[in-house]
Amino acid sequence: MAANTPNQNTNMAIIGKPLDRVDGHLKVTGIATFVAEFNQPNMAYAFPVRSTIAKGSITGFDLILAEKSGGVISILTHENAPRLQPFDPLEIKKTGGFLAENLIPLQDNKVHYFGQFIAVVLAETFEEARHAATLVKVSYAKEKADADLNEALLKSSVREGAQLNKGQASAIIETSNLKIEQTYTTPAQNHHPMEPHAAIAIWDGADKLTLYDSTQVIVGMRNITAYFFKLKPEDVRILCPYLGGGFGGKSPAAHNILAAMAGKKINRPVKLVITRQMMQTNVGRRSPTIQKVALACDLQGKLTVIRHQNSSYSNLTDFSEPVGIQTQVLYNAPVREITHQIAKLDMNAPTYMRAPGHAVGSFALESAIDEMAYELRMDPVQFRILNHASTDPVKKINFSSNHLLECFQIGVEKFGWASRKIQPRQTRNGQWLVGYGMATSVHHGVRRPATVRIQLSNDGMATVMTASQELGTGTYTILTQTAADALGIAVGKIKVLVGDSDLPPAPFAAGSSTTASVNPAVLAAGELLRCELMRIAIADPKSKLNGRNTKDISFADSKLYLSSDISISDSYKDIMRRNNRETMQASATATPGGAASGATVAPCGPSMDQDQNYDTHKYSFHSFGAHFVEVWVDEDLGTIRVKRVTTVQDIGRVMNEKTARSQVIGGVIFGIGAALMEETVFDNRWASPVTRTLADYHVPVNLDVPPIDVHFIGKPDPHISSIGSKGVGEVGIVGVSAAIANAVFNATGKRLRNLPFTPDKLFV
Amino acid sequence: MRPFKYSTTNDINVAVKMLQVKGHAKLLGGGTNILDLMKEDVEHPEELIDITGLSYTQIKSISSGPNAEGISIGALCKNTDTANDPIIRQNFPLVAQAILAGASAQIRNMATNGGNLNQRTRCSYFYDIAMPCNKREPGAGCAAIEGINKMHAIFGWSKDCVAVHPSDLCVALVALDAIVKVMGAGGKERLIQFSDYHRLPGTDPQKDNNLQQEEIITEIQLPKNNFASKSYYLKVRDRSSYAFALVSVAAAIEMAGNQIKQVRIAMGGVSHKPWRAYEAEQFLINKTPDEANFNLAAELEMRNAKPLKHNKFKVELGIRTMVRALTQAMNGGKHT
Repeated sequence: MAANTPNQNTNMAIIGKPLDRVDGHLKVTGIATFVAEFNQPNMAYAFPVRSTIAKGSITGFDLILAEKSGGVISILTHENAPRLQPFDPLEIKKTGGFLAENLIPLQDNKVHYFGQFIAVVLAETFEEARHAATLVKVSYAKEKADADLNEALLKSSVREGAQLNKGQASAIIETSNLKIEQTYTTPAQNHHPMEPHAAIAIWDGADKLTLYDSTQVIVGMRNITAYFFKLKPEDVRILCPYLGGGFGGKSPAAHNILAAMAGKKINRPVKLVITRQMMQTNVGRRSPTIQKVALACDLQGKLTVIRHQNSSYSNLTDFSEPVGIQTQVLYNAPVREITHQIAKLDMNAPTYMRAPGHAVGSFALESAIDEMAYELRMDPVQFRILNHASTDPVKKINFSSNHLLECFQIGVEKFGWASRKIQPRQTRNGQWLVGYGMATSVHHGVRRPATVRIQLSNDGMATVMTASQELGTGTYTILTQTAADALGIAVGKIKVLVGDSDLPPAPFAAGSSTTASVNPAVLAAGELLRCELMRIAIADPKSKLNGRNTKDISFADSKLYLSSDISISDSYKDIMRRNNRETMQASATATPGGAASGATVAPCGPSMDQDQNYDTHKYSFHSFGAHFVEVWVDEDLGTIRVKRVTTVQDIGRVMNEKTARSQVIGGVIFGIGAALMEETVFDNRWASPVTRTLADYHVPVNLDVPPIDVHFIGKPDPHISSIGSKGVGEVGIVGVSAAIANAVFNATGKRLRNLPFTPDKLFV
Repeated sequence: MRPFKYSTTNDINVAVKMLQVKGHAKLLGGGTNILDLMKEDVEHPEELIDITGLSYTQIKSISSGPNAEGISIGALCKNTDTANDPIIRQNFPLVAQAILAGASAQIRNMATNGGNLNQRTRCSYFYDIAMPCNKREPGAGCAAIEGINKMHAIFGWSKDCVAVHPSDLCVALVALDAIVKVMGAGGKERLIQFSDYHRLPGTDPQKDNNLQQEEIITEIQLPKNNFASKSYYLKVRDRSSYAFALVSVAAAIEMAGNQIKQVRIAMGGVSHKPWRAYEAEQFLINKTPDEANFNLAAELEMRNAKPLKHNKFKVELGIRTMVRALTQAMNGGKHT
């Protein structure tokens, strides 16, 4: 029995355990229901028609054949689609929602990119809708589209993104003797979660809408849907109990709005599931980047300057890839210049993709660091230790926690780094050249306000409710664990409800922020609930705890008991039944940078008032880590195999060793994909991707994935929350492609600076 | 997918008759390619004739005739069953290796051998109906020739088509001088040399092969050979598995003393048809099997290559892949 005192911070006994996923059985047996599976009576199927030009306007539709096609109910175009509230960035911002792409479908005849949704066919079956969509004939007035990033960067439409000390590094770089200046490029990439984007819209009259939507943004989607359709937010309900992966690509977008428009038009439930081909053109992507990095050192190997100049594209959004983001927090250097320029391409909007900025920016920075270390003939780990920034070098404040040096130390030992030769081409195994490489990973730690309600029933069950999200990462599981500790209730007696906008508001599931944001609110709500239980027990003449003092009472195993005598106890069930409480509820909002608030019942101790966490003025919040990889390179054939990876991650408190490990493994695999194969290739003549399916857009197969040895530092971050857990969803991918590039150099003496490293790249 | 009629028959003559009468009918075997093509609206047969009920599923020795002591592989035998067949593994390991280098286990479990021969190119412009493609729509133009053509041909292409044949199995079959047995109208059978089965694109790239509309493949015959101890299929691709070849090479060698008595070399991923490297073969006859000779042979073959904008690497990669495959074949075809 873990001794927990209700009026003090919760003892974390279940948190951290490698608990199996509570939804694991449901998923492997097919019982877990995903958005596209909530079929409705009388449901119609929608299939979008996409533009076959990248820029211009639609001059007409010929719908005669399509309308006559079997099962067709209606065809929506800009000529007959419901008019929505116009896009207004200020109004959208007020709702707390956002659109991945600032373009409402079917509102006018303008075409902004190849593959844009320009019509939707509604039919009785999916097959009929898809077939009729091929019969829609469209005529266009075509304009010339910009699709080449290098060319677009020369145009006047280029705008400046975030700039730090622009122009300040040139002089020192020019006069330095020990320096490297290189250009690195990364390609366009697409998210490609297994589950395609899906929505089912169900209207109840003209002013109530239920939308099953595969979205990472439950509350925000409700708010912007309400805005566009002029509804009250409480009359819109977004449901998404399970998400088949998101990776940043499942924001409010066109598919969900189209489903709602279509449902409104024909007054029937409408399902719209996009195809894999549409996932290349209609749901955002990571922009290609061109990155110039210049580093210089003094004779001791101390960096004197870091310059990171970045280019990417944007269109139809304020978002652009924050490529220089990790360069703001890694390494000390007296002069640091980070610039971004953003070209306009006639392509769909770029958006957040796993570790925005960090994932691609770290490829350039961490490759360049390796190149600089080699110039000095210094071990790259030693070089990183020598230039380690123990405080935030730009904000000039402390890190909330930073155990990067420990990550290096553990990684060096576990991987067996000591046997690495600084000179390349020293190790051969038959046809293979063997190389070791490493890189640092970093991802900012984000926490947002979240509200959680917990209901306790007198049958002993607790239900945890919050409009957060299960991306497939383990949210159901860790919320269960946190509630188990907060209430002293067995894991099996806790049910978690997420993915429903009618539940108490929680932030969108992005930026590795869910764990840090939502779990503190679970703790707070749990604490309120047990305080209420304690008050009832103390006031209850029939309770063994009657008349006792709150500070003498502990809780565990669904009971309150006297800390000094475990036999003097009262169970939650008994307390509730004797006092005619069928259910009890408590709700709390955990707000970063302040105390928990919004309590529906009074707290009984000081702990909640003390939660002055996540003060971003005082501390710089980041997860850190280090990847060590061994690659084998067949130089003759240009093939690279990653043979093993050791990764050490500083993510604060590990909420669940098993799901966290899976997150890191997934991140490393994502990184292997980015390094070796992932690329959305465009034919610039049409500004359209030629990598249309997963046969062309390669992600790693099992044979590409080596054993991945994951270690955690496990020290709670004292400043992010009362739990001390930083993010784990994205940090795992950061630095992997650089570690592989650095290992390829160590194996072959060849520097690969253009992702991905397909055989043709090694070959030329 | 356009509406289509589905029918089924257990009688090859009925199937042939149906193809003959209905110009817009296609056969359904494993369905691993035709169904994708129909969903993408690339193929739109009015009728699919399911022939999986036909009996051509056996792998058996040929007892008489010109191919006596060879083996007959049923057109409807699954790729997986073919690759796992003990006789294939022992006497024609090149075939087993090539099959296992292709697709995924799930696809191989469904795919038939006849379907493998008749699968269509994976050129992404062919698949994207928004793009011009002469193979899909004769006269529309070729988007690939000036487009993204990393995966495309370096041998035998025409200004109308630069697509490559995607099969691995066919590369081994052309190397081993396989014969395709087909059933035609009126129960008339004919044998087609494997190297004559597929076509170069020329001016009518819509035709992948020389099969008549009503003909159905019934068997693939492999003549007896002495290559089993020295053969190797090497496929270079953008990931470890489940990707089409950048370049692949099937190599098979028969020695006489220290000299090469017979050699077969074929390449995949380089042409509209599985590409037999005759020049390299001729060079190697009666030579010693060393790296220098392999290099000379490969260079001889590849000097005829005409790469496109994005696949220039295939020329040098072709040389190295051929040298490696020949070397591995000499090593007994062991994986490294």
